[in-house]
Amino acid sequence: MTDEQRLYSIWVYLQAEPLFWLTLTIGAYLVGDFCYRRTRLFPLFNPVALGIIIVSVVLLAFGVQYERYFDGAKFIHFLLGPATVSLAIPIFRKWELIMANARAILTTVLLGSMFAILTTYALASMFALERDIVLSLLPRSVTAPIAMGVSEIIGGIPSLTAIITIVTGIIGAAFGTFTLDLLRIREMSARGFAIGLASHGIGTARAMSRNETAGVFAAVAMGLSGIVTALVVPVVVYLLRI
Amino acid sequence: MLQGIFIIFLFQLIGEAVQKFFDLTIPGPVIGLLSLLLVLLLLQRLGVAFRERFERDLESTSSALLGHLPLLFVPIGVGVVMHVSVLQGQLLAVLGVIFVGTVASIGFSALLMQRLQRRGSAR
Repeated sequence: MTDEQRLYSIWVYLQAEPLFWLTLTIGAYLVGDFCYRRTRLFPLFNPVALGIIIVSVVLLAFGVQYERYFDGAKFIHFLLGPATVSLAIPIFRKWELIMANARAILTTVLLGSMFAILTTYALASMFALERDIVLSLLPRSVTAPIAMGVSEIIGGIPSLTAIITIVTGIIGAAFGTFTLDLLRIREMSARGFAIGLASHGIGTARAMSRNETAGVFAAVAMGLSGIVTALVVPVVVYLLRI
Repeated sequence: MLQGIFIIFLFQLIGEAVQKFFDLTIPGPVIGLLSLLLVLLLLQRLGVAFRERFERDLESTSSALLGHLPLLFVPIGVGVVMHVSVLQGQLLAVLGVIFVGTVASIGFSALLMQRLQRRGSAR
């Protein structure tokens, strides 16, 4: 066996191992984290976006099926559930601050969710998108399981809604900070709340990794906007005869 | 740490079971979150003796889980990139809607929330 053949056989062995994809996922995220800390300028240079780009490039370059990759990545994916449950602890810690802002929270979640749904509808009509894509877009601001459920009820395509929802989260995480800085929003609670409301779990993850108060308000916003959106979207579809 | 993991898994399990049983659109882990929050608030209200230990057990586990929360979204994100071809010709328009809509929503909600908070504290 030549060296090249030996190297190839090692690669063939490694790429079949779940551990390889698990390690790649964490490595790509750490590279993203490092780049973000170094630059702090370019919004796309945030750990999630860069991590996703690096892993995707590797998979596409070597023609690896997503299913094979997920065999390793599922161990990370699994932690999403427990991580969601454990949001109860920081929320509990900030409970008094949340209660002190209860009115602002409820008003913002109602008007903010409506704003998200209606701007999505207005923009989608402007771009003259097909009806089933418009419907799949409407619940995009909330966490994927809720968004997919709503999409199904109103006649959208749930799997398309899942993709749209994740993209919404990544965009919120990548450009949220930038937008909030531009508007000079200083209050951490308002910053986090807006990101959680518009970009659910991925935005919340981003907020939580930067500031606990922002993260807690993002989590509260994400939960409440999920409920409001699930109730409001079917009514909007009915009233606007979409 | 292990106690904390147990409690969190247990609440997720309860949440998943409730979701399946009542066939709810709210995800199981969110129901788990709400139940755990409820229990924490109840224990605090009642001033139960073992409450401090309970909270301490959860504290270390939750900070470990939440420390790098964005990492947990990398696998789904990769899935989206690999399956984005379903959008075909409408990809750019859909991305446009999502980008403008998301940035506008964040701006709107943040400005509204900040204004409401200021009014609230001025009173």
